[in-house]
Amino acid sequence: MSQLSLTDRDREAMLAAVGVSSVEELFKDIPERVRFDRQLDLEPALSEPELVAHLAELAARNVDTGKELSFLGAGMYDHYVPAVVDAVLSRGEFLTAYTPYQPELSQGILQAIFEYQTAICELTGMDVSNASGYDGATVAADACFVAKHATSGSKIVLCEAVNPQVRQVVKTYAPGFELEVVEVPHRDGVTDPGEVAAASRDAAAVIFQQPNFLGCLEPAPELAAAANEAGALPVAHVDPLSLGVLEAPGNYGCALAIGEGQGAGNSISYGGPHYGFIAARSDLIRRMPGRIVGETTDVDGERGYVLTLQTREQHIRREKATSNITTNQTLLALGGLVYLCWLGPQGLREIGETCLSLAAYAKERLGLPPAFERPTFKEFAVRLDRPAREVIARAREVGVHPGYALGRDYEGMDDALLVCVTEKRTPAEIDRLAEVLAA
Amino acid sequence: MKLIFERSQAGRRASTLPRHDLPVPEVPRELRRAQPPRLPELSEPELVRHFSALAARTFGIDTGFYPLGSCTMKHNPRVNERVVNLPGFRDLHPLQEADGAQGALELMWRLQEILVEISGLHACSLQPAAGSQGELTGLMLMRAYFADRAEERDTVITADTAHGTNPASVTMAGYKLRKVGTDARGNLDLDDLRAKVDERTAGLMLTNPSTLGLFDERIEEVAAIFHDAGALLYYDGANLNAVCGISRPGDMGFDIVHINLHKTFSQPHGGGGPGGGPIVVRETLAPFLPVPAVVRDGERFRLDFDRPKSIGKVRGYTGPFGVFVRSYAYIRSYGPALRQMSEVAVLNANYLLARLRGAYEVPFDRLCMHEFVVSARNLKRAHGVTALDVAKRLMDYGFHPPTIYFPLIVPEALMIEPTETEAKETLDAFAEAMLEIARDAAERRDLLKEAPHGRVVKRLDEVKAARRAIVRYGFERHPDLSQEPSEPRALEVQKGA
Amino acid sequence: MAAESYPDDLRYNEEHDWARIADGEATLGITWHAQDALGELVHYEPPEEGAAIQKGVSYGEAESVKAVSDLIAPLSGEVVDVNGKVVEAPEIVNEDPYGEGWLIRIRLSEPAEVDSLMDVEAYKKLVAEK
Repeated sequence: MSQLSLTDRDREAMLAAVGVSSVEELFKDIPERVRFDRQLDLEPALSEPELVAHLAELAARNVDTGKELSFLGAGMYDHYVPAVVDAVLSRGEFLTAYTPYQPELSQGILQAIFEYQTAICELTGMDVSNASGYDGATVAADACFVAKHATSGSKIVLCEAVNPQVRQVVKTYAPGFELEVVEVPHRDGVTDPGEVAAASRDAAAVIFQQPNFLGCLEPAPELAAAANEAGALPVAHVDPLSLGVLEAPGNYGCALAIGEGQGAGNSISYGGPHYGFIAARSDLIRRMPGRIVGETTDVDGERGYVLTLQTREQHIRREKATSNITTNQTLLALGGLVYLCWLGPQGLREIGETCLSLAAYAKERLGLPPAFERPTFKEFAVRLDRPAREVIARAREVGVHPGYALGRDYEGMDDALLVCVTEKRTPAEIDRLAEVLAA
Repeated sequence: MKLIFERSQAGRRASTLPRHDLPVPEVPRELRRAQPPRLPELSEPELVRHFSALAARTFGIDTGFYPLGSCTMKHNPRVNERVVNLPGFRDLHPLQEADGAQGALELMWRLQEILVEISGLHACSLQPAAGSQGELTGLMLMRAYFADRAEERDTVITADTAHGTNPASVTMAGYKLRKVGTDARGNLDLDDLRAKVDERTAGLMLTNPSTLGLFDERIEEVAAIFHDAGALLYYDGANLNAVCGISRPGDMGFDIVHINLHKTFSQPHGGGGPGGGPIVVRETLAPFLPVPAVVRDGERFRLDFDRPKSIGKVRGYTGPFGVFVRSYAYIRSYGPALRQMSEVAVLNANYLLARLRGAYEVPFDRLCMHEFVVSARNLKRAHGVTALDVAKRLMDYGFHPPTIYFPLIVPEALMIEPTETEAKETLDAFAEAMLEIARDAAERRDLLKEAPHGRVVKRLDEVKAARRAIVRYGFERHPDLSQEPSEPRALEVQKGA
Repeated sequence: MAAESYPDDLRYNEEHDWARIADGEATLGITWHAQDALGELVHYEPPEEGAAIQKGVSYGEAESVKAVSDLIAPLSGEVVDVNGKVVEAPEIVNEDPYGEGWLIRIRLSEPAEVDSLMDVEAYKKLVAEK
């Protein structure tokens, strides 16, 4: 077995040192009746070449973005992942380390997390970020737990134009937090601040998304103000790649900024693993979930980094911890850091502008009635003359995935198609989409 | 070393991006970004140098022996990195229609079946993103199960040796916590347990083998106590690496199991993640599992969302798929011989324990499973040398320290998990280092107290870190902490798990 | 760090909190033993002024880098003052647990509760048994 390093001679010498005559004897503390008395019913072992061939065969049966011209987004985005990200993440030291409990051996990953926290704070305009959450949905549940303890509110106001994946996860978690979830419908593609204000009485938090799931730009500053006025924490779920052109949540009064990091530096990978980010105002630092890295010095005054404020965490505070999270998504967050550094402020702005301009071009070329008359970013919804599912099926037959059927999540929208245009799409590809949809 | 923000020079950049001669629509003024984020500006060579330098300051399994108890730091086969990057996996959209994702769905379905077989239970959900989310999901299943039966139960019991995640998950799931003690042999204290289980008890969360590295010899009685009271047993799979193919949680009497794919099935730990925490349950709990599940209809596979009793979604989309690919590949490379993995993990641990016995106290001295806990209490009493000192001195020998100060019931604990992938020479070298450190505690105490030597930093001032809470770079307003006095105030609290 | 001491004009509870009682009010803090067990404090989470606190129930938290301790009220009453200096610099508690390091002042709502607290001799005995 290639993963095991003992020779037969090693085994004998080791068994003798332990004072047992067989490996079987090592398991004598396991009661007879709970011992497994047969071989595991698993398929035969594969050699490395056979394994690669088997997985390549499975992979080949998937239609990935390289095989289909894809305008499918809906929260997972086909943005370009630069080669430097792969190069950094394949470094064995990063790949095979664990949580940096021993700072003297882990200054590299600790500093990287500190830099990630800084980059997320800069991006979102917030004061403090943790080392990452599981994904863009679970960080919303984390935000609810923060809000439950930071306010006296008993419910969460959830805007209907938030990604349904996120909303479903919040609803799964909320009962355990003893929080009620109240949804505020969208009005013609965006959320009405007046309705949010009315719903926010006794709320712990208001969660909205910018740009929202329907592709529209929300009146985010007004939504945040409505929440603040009611004493609820405004939580903005944001697309990191929009933040070169769209205002940062910290600059319009949000208490928390959360989001899915995938588009910024991670491959789509059929939904994961990616990283979720959660950043907050400084007064919420002791309510934050998960790992946080802080700066300090050693005896010689040398700068160094450690996991800090650990009394928030499960291993010290146990049942009173701010979260149960231990393993997070550090490697993927590191990918995010490398990506944001690769972009730089100029690149971030350019990518936002390219998305804006290509999406505008697409709206015009498609010539279909918009589902909502609103400003958008990289996604927009159009109305079709048939159910979107049919149109998608037809287009896929000719190698084009035209987008997401909003009827999957919103009643009365079976004819609405959500089209996503990232910087990887070209005007010629958009022309092709227009041609296919017109057919 | 400089932060990447301190390397930044205005006007540099690493990225090249497509530009088109198209008009850029105006973003409404009140929504437009006023000040750009201060992301660093570097060329690609500068970027690569920076992260290479950070990598060189990081210790991974690839660097050396990493016996961090409870974390199962085994070798990560590189073929898994190759297959996870096949474009058919890497570039597949999770909302792709089922006919365009048959390979991915089949892989998930196969992994579900494998985990069912390994755990000895009946139905699997791959959804939870990590062990602790698996725990929380399991507790939500308990709640849904009892609500469905109209039973009011509000308490969950955990062991005093439990990982902190267990009690934290109990609270997040809305349950009250009760703790049960450990007896002199390191098993659950049955008398204590009997006194605490009643009609309000929803269940038990237990790691078996425990965090002491010991198999609970009376696990059948434990299971009976809970089942007789109508309660459920939750298996924290953190230590599954000890018993694959040897003893199955379902056969032990557990009803819900989570499996840490990043531990037992070799997803690289990535400096803190990602992980994967699938759960496997008995038939009676299957209707409540999170959505989506992968089901097979004849020769076709699809995601099933139509589960009216489901607790709902616990994370976005289809789960941490890349983790599934690696773990599936890992298990397929073993096949039915997976049992050998656990056998050697247990042999390696017992061999190391045998070599250290005598130099360190062994609080529960019996055959261990895949890990064991020794105590440096003898060194502390005789020489004032702590588990922390031993840990730091191990770095001088090129080893990552074990988990320390955990489990909480063992003073000056050192929790050592060598894993099956280590060679005997490595175990011997580590044992020699531990024995030498124990000897040096008497005669060269300062050597231990000042350890580690020759690392990029000495022991750091954790009090200053917590008090100042500098958790991001502050650019021109960044404080210079080197001007403030500091002491080597490292934490004598548990690290690991 | 201060030297070990237990003033004889204070009353104590089993959770290592002290009370200095005068004129229907009490000043509360944690003992030398408590701060020593916690280590250097890095955070103090006080109650709000005006809040009602109840004997035997947590009114706040004191944190070191390695542990969190609930502050268990030795007496019931209304919070009339919070030591803002300790909020700013919690290490004051380590330096002077009975003086500058006091935590809150309350107006007693159940003055008879004082009788249930330990005097210094009883508390010293408790600490010695640890």
